[in-house]
Amino acid sequence: MNWVQDVLIKNGLVVAFLATGILMLITHWLGKRFTGSRIPGSAIAIFFGLVLAYIGGRITGGKKGIADIEALSGFSLMGGSMFRDFTIVATAMGASLIKIRQAGVAGAIALLLGIVIAFVFGAGVAIAMGYRDAASITTIGGGACTFIIGPVTGGALGASSEVITISIAAGLVKSILVTIATPILAPSIGLNNSKTAMIYGGLIGTTSGVAAGLAATDPKLVPYGALTATFYTGLGCLLCPSILYLVVGWIV
Amino acid sequence: MLIYGVAVLAGCYLLGQLTGEVLGRILHIDANVGGVGFAMIFLILLTHWMKEHKLFTLEMEEGALFWSKMYIPVIVAMAAIQNVQGALSGGLLAILAGVIPTGASFLMIPLLAKLFHAHPESDTP
Repeated sequence: MNWVQDVLIKNGLVVAFLATGILMLITHWLGKRFTGSRIPGSAIAIFFGLVLAYIGGRITGGKKGIADIEALSGFSLMGGSMFRDFTIVATAMGASLIKIRQAGVAGAIALLLGIVIAFVFGAGVAIAMGYRDAASITTIGGGACTFIIGPVTGGALGASSEVITISIAAGLVKSILVTIATPILAPSIGLNNSKTAMIYGGLIGTTSGVAAGLAATDPKLVPYGALTATFYTGLGCLLCPSILYLVVGWIV
Repeated sequence: MLIYGVAVLAGCYLLGQLTGEVLGRILHIDANVGGVGFAMIFLILLTHWMKEHKLFTLEMEEGALFWSKMYIPVIVAMAAIQNVQGALSGGLLAILAGVIPTGASFLMIPLLAKLFHAHPESDTP
């Protein structure tokens, strides 16, 4: 049966297309049959994707979820940052520049506030758990923003690899939590219009989480949320190891 | 031709990513700053201009829209390659440092939305 696996590995991306199609067929059916379409099929599909990623991680001990299983390695291309960003940009085809301009100030303020809030609460948790040195606290605070800001900050400040690992894990927890929580919380936080979507993207910031959360909530909102979220990681990498580090050092 | 539309999308994507990269370098940080956002704005402006000058045909639009519709499947695939195991094995500190700041950020959404008078839209974008 080795030759079957060879064919699957050689055509990884196509295998991923087929597997994702089948998964979405099943989840849309489940959504209709058991929730009367109250939970969108895409939200269930994304959640099942996370479950598959967990299973992949358990089986292989790797870091790329289901893509660590060789026959399904094409998932790392289909779900990787190139296709993700390319399709996000494509969703802008349906976006209105007027609405973006109207929400511009709100989005920018949400961005700054989003980084500061995530950082402050993340750093607060680090302090509560016994960390006392500014570099470690800042790195974990950065990880509470996104799983990229954490290690970038930790690298710049010379934090220990243990702390950097924790900061990455914190960012991953955030990304997964946002994915699951967004469609559930959307009605109660008024996430049903372009302006709130831009505020949401700025406040939450983690690109994968925002992208997946909005996909499961209302795909029409994706370009607005993604537009602000795309500035979050860059801005966080700028603020955390500099101003926010100085503030932490001044406090502890 | 369909591919012309895909090429317009690809051109805007790359131009945006390059802009984000340049901005990151100017700010001396090891990250792409807003690459996706710039790409989206380029795409909106360029297709708007091309439509006004009758250069952007319906078929070209279909080429770009195909990728827009592939968005959700790509996100499902993205979910399937997340390091969920890594997130759950980071210990209590990692889980708290992920959950509490996220909860605080979610709480701010309705406050900011109210401050900036966001309201549901009846028209389709």
